Amino acid sequence: MQNVIEKKQIRKIIFASSVGTLIEWYDFYLFGSLAPIIAMQFFPKSDPTAALLSTLATFAAGFIVRPFGALVFGRLGDMVGRKYTFLLTLVLMGGSTFAIGLIPGFEKIGFAAPILVLILRLVQGLALGGEYGGAASYVAEHSPNHRRGFYTSWIQTTATLGLLLSLGVILLTRKSLDADAAASIKAFESWGWRIPFWFSIILVGMSIYIRMKMNESPLFSKLKSEGKISVNPIKESLLHRGNLKMVLLALFGATMGQGVVWYTGQFYAQTFLENACKIDFEQTRTILICAIIIATPLFIVFGNLSDKIGRKWIIIAGMFLAIISYRPIYQKMLDLSSIKQVVLDESQTKIESNISVGIHKDYSLRNTTTQHLYQNGITEKIVHVDTLYNSGKEKPQAMDKSSKLLPTSTYWAMVALIFFQILFVTMVYGPIAAFLVEIFPTKIRYTSMSLPYHLGNGVFGGLTPFIAVLLGTIYTADPLVGLWYPISIAALSMVIGAMYLSNKIDPNVND
Amino acid sequence: MNQIKKYAGMIWILTAIITYSILLKTAWMQINAKPTTDTIVQWSIFAIIFLPIAIGLILFGWLALKGDYDHLPVSGEETQDQV
Repeated sequence: MQNVIEKKQIRKIIFASSVGTLIEWYDFYLFGSLAPIIAMQFFPKSDPTAALLSTLATFAAGFIVRPFGALVFGRLGDMVGRKYTFLLTLVLMGGSTFAIGLIPGFEKIGFAAPILVLILRLVQGLALGGEYGGAASYVAEHSPNHRRGFYTSWIQTTATLGLLLSLGVILLTRKSLDADAAASIKAFESWGWRIPFWFSIILVGMSIYIRMKMNESPLFSKLKSEGKISVNPIKESLLHRGNLKMVLLALFGATMGQGVVWYTGQFYAQTFLENACKIDFEQTRTILICAIIIATPLFIVFGNLSDKIGRKWIIIAGMFLAIISYRPIYQKMLDLSSIKQVVLDESQTKIESNISVGIHKDYSLRNTTTQHLYQNGITEKIVHVDTLYNSGKEKPQAMDKSSKLLPTSTYWAMVALIFFQILFVTMVYGPIAAFLVEIFPTKIRYTSMSLPYHLGNGVFGGLTPFIAVLLGTIYTADPLVGLWYPISIAALSMVIGAMYLSNKIDPNVND
Repeated sequence: MNQIKKYAGMIWILTAIITYSILLKTAWMQINAKPTTDTIVQWSIFAIIFLPIAIGLILFGWLALKGDYDHLPVSGEETQDQV
């Protein structure tokens, strides 16, 4: 049946599915990308309860709720259908993102603000848990057997493009609120951060319109008309030994390793650039944006290649390359941004001081910015903040905030290093949708593939930046100690995958 | 190859037990070193979410030991046998 679907129609299906999934990723990443500003607005550090809610919002939504979303919406998708389930996840995700942009700050409504944000963030996590399995199954069930890897790889680009879109919208909004750059940043941190959240409702509205016009998956419709849909997909997925063993194999032999490679390349790399290399906020984002733009077509290349040589060895090779090259790549990133033992060009040092009034009326902040130019072309900017009380007291801030601006050649070398990491992501992630679809039967596919996907990506992958940073605070002697987490998880997954997975492409997913 | 897959099952079981024990020990040490709400919540969440995963890896190792991975299903019907 699926072979007779015309190319034009499959393009429409891919477009409709991908746009919705891309928007869901955009919504999910917005919160993470704007975390420091959201924390200032809703979770003041000075209040322990608000700080606790902040920790819960960060961890619970990303790591605990996503697998539950996979089970809840997976069950719905296997019983009601793919189309209506991923329409529902889109509405929930878009609605909660828009609502986050409307919540007044902690200063105005007190604890109601962080509690509302936490609830909406949990809804986002649930919706994300339900989206991917539906979109991947939907596209795969429309695809001809010999092109399944190619067509589903378009869905695989959406997570990266969602990150790209969120970074782009944030940077654009941050720069365009005022003609003066400093005033624009200040306005963004005060109220402008809400705009990217509001923007989501337009994207979601468009996507719902497109998805409403789509038909149900032909394989699911056939099962439904024959009365063969599962009455209890969760039970059939997890309590039937034959299926459970495949859920476990998919998790430990593929998605666990794929998840850490993905999150290291796209998220830990960003954290590392900003916190360990101390690269400027904007440069960090544009480095990532450039690398993503150059690497994204490779998702399609590896998805297509997997139709010819099988999925398994591409995924395993991506993990292997990541394992052997992470430490050299990150060492190079440190070396490129280092100013130790580099001669300072003292004639180029500039010192500027300005006084700004903070949110509180009883004090002002004096920012003293010092810029040093080093002979390797790096400009170091140190911002020293003093608090000047109206009563006349002066309290210098304990820490100076420093950031570095890279010269053009170093900037592009850094883009290349991030590109290599995203190349590994495209290898492990490009073919994974086709791989997951093929190992589970149609009637419990949505549930069965969503669970290992979100455990691998949400738990193992999502925790990568936190565990890597935590390792750095425990074992302080080695600045690259955090990399042992993704390296060891990817190594375990690679060995299990190489030993137990099959490289055979399933000729028929209609089972 | 099937024999290696079976014996490796023991390695997966041991890996799950050892790594989860290390996680618990580290959590205990970190909470004792800095007993703030943030530290307690953070490490408790790690301990809770990795418990079912460690059990899953033990189960995976056990299934490998029993020879379940000697043959992977080629059709939907093969995945539907009861535990």
